[in-house]
Amino acid sequence: MRAPVATAVAIVVGLIILLGYFVPVGIVLVLRDVLLGWAIVLAGMAALVGIINLVKVHWRKSTVRGERDPYSPVLLIVFLATVGAGFALGGPSNPTFQQVVNAVQIPVETTLTAVLAIALAYAAMRLLGRRMGLMAIVFVTSTVLYLLLNSGILAVDSGAPALKSALGVLQRLPVAGARGILLGIALGSLTTGLRVLMGVDRPFSG
Amino acid sequence: MSVITLETAIGLGLVVAAAILMFLFSLPPRPGKRSNFALRPINGLSRLRRALGLAVENGTRLHVSLGKSNGVGPVSAASLVALSTLERIAQISSVSDRPPVASSGDGALSILSQDTLKGAYRAVNASELYDPNRGRLTGVTPFSYVAGTLPIERNEHVSANVLVGTLGPEAALLAEAAQRERAFALAASDSLPGQAVLYAAAEEALIGEELYAVPAYLQAGPFHRASLRAQDVLRWALVGLILAGAVLAILGIKIL
Repeated sequence: MRAPVATAVAIVVGLIILLGYFVPVGIVLVLRDVLLGWAIVLAGMAALVGIINLVKVHWRKSTVRGERDPYSPVLLIVFLATVGAGFALGGPSNPTFQQVVNAVQIPVETTLTAVLAIALAYAAMRLLGRRMGLMAIVFVTSTVLYLLLNSGILAVDSGAPALKSALGVLQRLPVAGARGILLGIALGSLTTGLRVLMGVDRPFSG
Repeated sequence: MSVITLETAIGLGLVVAAAILMFLFSLPPRPGKRSNFALRPINGLSRLRRALGLAVENGTRLHVSLGKSNGVGPVSAASLVALSTLERIAQISSVSDRPPVASSGDGALSILSQDTLKGAYRAVNASELYDPNRGRLTGVTPFSYVAGTLPIERNEHVSANVLVGTLGPEAALLAEAAQRERAFALAASDSLPGQAVLYAAAEEALIGEELYAVPAYLQAGPFHRASLRAQDVLRWALVGLILAGAVLAILGIKIL
């Protein structure tokens, strides 16, 4: 069996957390809180390890011939400058440090959002050509319909109850659809979690 | 005073029912009998299997984008599915000249991706293929993750991209880049906005619970198929309960 100790730890910890959710009493609750606290610390350490890995990958891409990427040295320089500024200014809560980081990050992310909007509009236009079918037609029709509905163009107070009811049904339809999809996702999450609890899925090699 | 409310009792019942169903469905059929459970064809997953074979033949690379944390915990159920998918892809493509590369937007997920690759190669007796640099953290915010992943699609001879996990609308940029590179892209996310944009932007997209079926379609094992059967049974049971509840509500009978 692969990684028996890690598997046993994962199963026991998973069962305690699950039990703490359904039976929140005494020792189970205390154990659950302690374990969740440890998980938060571990997640923080994992982020640090992940960043070290990021630096390693880009160092390799900056130095190894055949793998060179012109953006990797830029990333390393900016990373070191940010870390240096963070230490020099007393940490990420320093207002000057936050101002400098935001002055770089916000314009870059806004630009990417704009690119995303254009990419999405282009993808929606190409959708029918690429994947012609009933689902694609329904998708495009409902996208246009809900854009119109949410823009307020159809929000006329005509006083006609039938029209009001029809618009009300149309407004509620996406909520019903989303609930259906979420139900499927919840069941999928449940069986995935149970596979880990049963030791079938082991995302750790031990 | 009882600490178990009706809602938690229903939840607990659902968990126990799912566990029992999964166990029962995972049992082998009786001697002389064949299982009559067949996976329904999903176009995206059939194309993924074809793309995997082609990548191995062509000596090109597969890129598995594992997404980011879903905000609830460092690793979500969708991330676990993504790791199972990565494991199967690594095993299937272990004979390829170019091993797959995994990108993630969360530290814990990147460590797990490295561990998954290590375990997958060990399982097929090819431990020498393991390279920790193939399980990468590419960025910790949604857009930095995308910005860090785009060079992988562009520069690393990638012929197929599998975007599986918790992916928001920003993942459309990854799908779009894959199309520009003429690479196959299959996308599956547990986020509703992510699913909507990926349906439009990706070459193939999985909707709703289809995400959780990916490992079963890549033949990860009988227990994954059993999970799908259990999901189907529970879904129909829930549909029945919802319809019964609606009828009772119309009749003015209140249960909960």
